[in-house]
Amino acid sequence: MSSEISSDAVPRLATGDEHPASCPLSIHDMTVAYHRKPVLWDIDYDAPAGRLVAIVGPNGSGKTTLIKASLGLLPTASGNVRFFGKPYAKQRSRVGYVPQRESVDWDFPVSALDVVAMGLYRKIGWCRPVIKKYRRQALHSLERVGMAEYAGRQISQLSGGQQQRVFLARALVQDADVYLMDEPFVGVDAATERAIIALLRELRESGKTALVVHHDLQTVQEYFDDVLLLNMRIIAAGPVSNVFTEENLRQTYGGKLSLLEKVGQRMHLRGGRL
Amino acid sequence: MTIFAIRRPHGGCRLAGRFRIFVPGMIAVLFLISASSVAQIPDEQTGNVRSSAARETVQKAENGTWPHVRRVLLLRDYNTRVVTIGTGVLGMAAGLVGTFVLLRKRSLIGDVVGHASLPGIAVAFILVELFFPGHGKSLSGLLAGAALAGFAGIGCITLILRWTRLKEDAALAIVLSVFFGLGMVLFTIIQDLPTGSAAGLNHFIFGAAASMTTRDVQLILYAALAVLGVCVLFFKELGLLCFDDAFAASQGWPTLLLDLLLMGLVVAVTEIGAQSVGLILVVALMVIPAAAARFWVEDLWPMALVSTFLGGLGAYLGVMVSALLPKFAAGAVIVLASGCLFAVSFLAGSRRGVLWRIWEHRRLQIRVGRYDLMRACYEYLESSQGSFSPEVDNTSTKRRIPFEHLLEMRTWPPSRLRRIINRATREGLLNRAEPDLYELTDEGSRAAFLAARNHRLWETYLIRHAEIAASHVDHSADRIEHVLEPGLVRELEQELEKQFPHLAMPSSPHLLKQEGTVKASPTEESLAAKEP
Repeated sequence: MSSEISSDAVPRLATGDEHPASCPLSIHDMTVAYHRKPVLWDIDYDAPAGRLVAIVGPNGSGKTTLIKASLGLLPTASGNVRFFGKPYAKQRSRVGYVPQRESVDWDFPVSALDVVAMGLYRKIGWCRPVIKKYRRQALHSLERVGMAEYAGRQISQLSGGQQQRVFLARALVQDADVYLMDEPFVGVDAATERAIIALLRELRESGKTALVVHHDLQTVQEYFDDVLLLNMRIIAAGPVSNVFTEENLRQTYGGKLSLLEKVGQRMHLRGGRL
Repeated sequence: MTIFAIRRPHGGCRLAGRFRIFVPGMIAVLFLISASSVAQIPDEQTGNVRSSAARETVQKAENGTWPHVRRVLLLRDYNTRVVTIGTGVLGMAAGLVGTFVLLRKRSLIGDVVGHASLPGIAVAFILVELFFPGHGKSLSGLLAGAALAGFAGIGCITLILRWTRLKEDAALAIVLSVFFGLGMVLFTIIQDLPTGSAAGLNHFIFGAAASMTTRDVQLILYAALAVLGVCVLFFKELGLLCFDDAFAASQGWPTLLLDLLLMGLVVAVTEIGAQSVGLILVVALMVIPAAAARFWVEDLWPMALVSTFLGGLGAYLGVMVSALLPKFAAGAVIVLASGCLFAVSFLAGSRRGVLWRIWEHRRLQIRVGRYDLMRACYEYLESSQGSFSPEVDNTSTKRRIPFEHLLEMRTWPPSRLRRIINRATREGLLNRAEPDLYELTDEGSRAAFLAARNHRLWETYLIRHAEIAASHVDHSADRIEHVLEPGLVRELEQELEKQFPHLAMPSSPHLLKQEGTVKASPTEESLAAKEP
């Protein structure tokens, strides 16, 4: 919603060739601030179609903010965002969103299947019940993440990895064309990690795009095609082989990548910000 | 009965499906029943201002105690019937709304709305008295004022949270107390007004179900049914809002509007509950049934159903008790009745009740104790005799274990070991040969063999597949093997088959001396069969 508003604020940039319809996600000149402190500066980014993109950066570098602001969940100070050349409000069905697992209360009285069905609520529409047809779709989506046998399970009885897969299934059931995933690999077991990777590759095979906030630098090269290095601004973006270099990482994480320096940097940043 | 139906795993979905058809139907039926029963009133009763407690007392004196109780319980008395139906439907509506309020983690908002409504009632009374002297106590006017004030309270909280860095609890406390204070001041002013018809306004604070007129009840009834209807209509949307509002917003659902709808329902329940339960306590009607329902069920529709039911039941019981004992405030009695239902759910709830959990824990403890004892017996016999097999060593001398040696096998206090031994003796696993000298029975020998075998299978698995050091493996194996079920044991056997063929006893990887394999064919069920 707010992305629409902000797009009105800069009308001369909001039109034309900057947002081709083939581009799954195109961010132009976006700045986001919390309490007047900028979190993201002048983000300009066009996501390549049909590729797996890792969003990488240190804690507090604005990875989650980037996703949430793109989806209009956070107000942007300036800039605009287009999905396939149109504002998000007009492309909701083509965009799948997987929030961080910690963002909800897993003690909620709801079964895995019901959570997945929530991805269909928009399609079902106001005040209409979730009929069998939709429940079958949800079950199929659970099957794709290997969770069909847990469909009736209350979500607090699932392991962390299983919960993450339920979230993935909820986005999958929408059958979107571009997926934004916020740290799907955090705190999951090896089986879930394999399942998610297999799923991401399957999505890529069918021509879909996925932007994934990723923490583990070790696996970036193995799992992803593209990388977006972020630290309040975009340090570098492009194919992993070109962009995922020591020099770029050093810039992203500040200084050399030794643990000590990282910790020191973080403490300095914290101290500076507070 | 419904409660037990819900306990079945996977029963939730089917039940929910039926419930979806059932609830609108139920509301329609309730509507018809209540409309017809209220419509039967003879004219002089409609005009009757207060069907007060005094009347009930007169009847009590006329009929004697037992017939009176029966009259009340069976709803023979017209006034009791009307009040009960009204309050009961109110309780149901409150229970249903409460489900969402609780899950949205907004329980205290109801309290704020209740307290904030008080100045609204006072202002509404003053305004109506000003323009239509003598009509100040018309219920619709008062409730409209109360609702506006309730919304104003919510608005103040939103403003405080938005423009300051105060946290929600502080904002709630400030708004609640300031509005209530304002209300009390205005009430005092009203008492001093020359109109003098303010008596009875105090009922809104603590509630007075018995003093409701039929017309009041009618209003309450229709409003409560409307609330129920709205909840059922927007059930899916409200559920989504409560579970994951960010996702809902990303999907394009107007979360602000849905939140407003939920707050509107809270305000509606608060105001229609003001007369019978009172503004201070009406929050309990929403939160208690919903919290109690959570102890019984694990799914949203069933939780809503149980909460609605408990809300209605609590209100019904409360009205009954207050009709029998008219000197107690109805609101307080209704809340206490709901509290009792909560206590029962808290203790005995089929899903999360405390008694079940204690019982489960106790069962596990017994099982663990038996397991440890059996393994200690085996390990003692193995180390003292060189080997032990339940089939070969079947003489009683070869199965004897002195108490002090058992005590040394593990770090358990003597008293606990005695309790475990006594239980095992009762279960026929051990016999007491002499004081402080025990011998394994046939069944006990098999159980001991199995316990040790499971333990070692698991240890070996941990060392080979989880890369846990041999010196640490005993402890972690100890904790996990108690949940090993026959199926899992079979999987372990398959995993380790090459190393330990033919169901043999693996040697311990870390203690005791090396053992040859023991040929035996025990059944895993012999341990499982001993479950209490």
